[in-house]
Amino acid sequence: MAADKILLEIVAPNRLIMHEEVEEVVCPGIEGELGILPGHIPLLTTLTIGELRYKKNNLFCSLAIGWGYAEITGSRVVILAELAEKAEEIDLTRAEEAKKRAEEVLAKGPEEADFEKAKESLQKALNRLQIAGKRPPS
Amino acid sequence: MPNLQHIKRRIGSVKNTQQITKAMKMVAAAKLKRAQDKILEARPYAQKMLSVLGNLSARVERESHPLLAKRGNKKIEVMIVTSDRGLCGAFNANIIRKSFEFLREKRAEGCEITLNAVGRKGRDFYRRRDFEIRKTLAGIFDRLSYQNASEIGIDIVESYEKGLFDELYVVYNEFKSAMQQRVIIEKLLPIEPSVQTEIGFAADYIFEPSAKVILHSLLPKHIEVQTFRILLESNASEYGARMTAMEAATKNAKELIKKLTLVYNRTRQSMITKELMDIINGSEALK
Repeated sequence: MAADKILLEIVAPNRLIMHEEVEEVVCPGIEGELGILPGHIPLLTTLTIGELRYKKNNLFCSLAIGWGYAEITGSRVVILAELAEKAEEIDLTRAEEAKKRAEEVLAKGPEEADFEKAKESLQKALNRLQIAGKRPPS
Repeated sequence: MPNLQHIKRRIGSVKNTQQITKAMKMVAAAKLKRAQDKILEARPYAQKMLSVLGNLSARVERESHPLLAKRGNKKIEVMIVTSDRGLCGAFNANIIRKSFEFLREKRAEGCEITLNAVGRKGRDFYRRRDFEIRKTLAGIFDRLSYQNASEIGIDIVESYEKGLFDELYVVYNEFKSAMQQRVIIEKLLPIEPSVQTEIGFAADYIFEPSAKVILHSLLPKHIEVQTFRILLESNASEYGARMTAMEAATKNAKELIKKLTLVYNRTRQSMITKELMDIINGSEALK
């Protein structure tokens, strides 16, 4: 493996999402965005809902991440994501529906039992919608 | 002499049975394929999780988290994963036999035992026995999702932290191949971290926010992931067992039909011979 590359592995509970060599990874850490270049010191962090970008052949690609862990060693980044979708794979109608459902619950006010849950799913849906807008022009 | 009508009806009924077993075999085969794919897809996550956990727990005190700390083995819970439906050969029988032996052993050691029955068959068996069933869950295998595993995982972690039990064992069928399943008894709680150090692995790690916080959220997640894997294994094993059982049943039906057809033809032949003899005898007498 070339020294200026990182092996990026992203796995979700139900499948392996990607296993590729990339030049740079930017992931949404719990305490702010993390930019990872080859040779990064070992790091283990929690990821929050947000966007994961990676650079390959000087081109940035995006993924929507909803909660997970990242284990970083010098030459490897392992992402254990609860939820991860590539920008081009995001199902827009599903995200819209999720957004609508969450908003309905939120409209009922904080007494609602699922209030916190709805807040989170709204965040996830918005995140997905935003990232879906960044698909590479095909 | 067997009644011709009777045999004919019997053949018809066996044929019907054979059609059903054949159809069930096909269905099981199709579902097996899907279940197998699911396992293969779920494996990388479970493996990565395990290696992250191994690296992490090597760097913290064992007693720093309740899910890691050992606290005796007097109160145990056993989770028994069976199927919801029968007609899958010795699948459930094996699980029940193994788990029953295990429970008796533990009871002889003086453990307090509670049960957690996943799947209808196990629940029905132990409901009639002298064991306390703390929790049951049935009917999840038709549409198995990570959500199911997550619910089970959250429940057992909560109960464990409340101190309802000190150890948790799972009895389930591990998927080896379509023809082969193996009954496994596995200790799920407290978590035994398998420390595996990779070559060229720097010892110093930065943790963000901190090792303890990460461990806190990672351990329950680990239990969920393991539960998910176990459910998938059991599910695939069930379809494998059913496919094999139904194939055997189809074969047996085929043999039975062959035998019955033989008897039928023989009987028919002897009846014709008898009738001919009657006619010949009659015409002889008229001469």
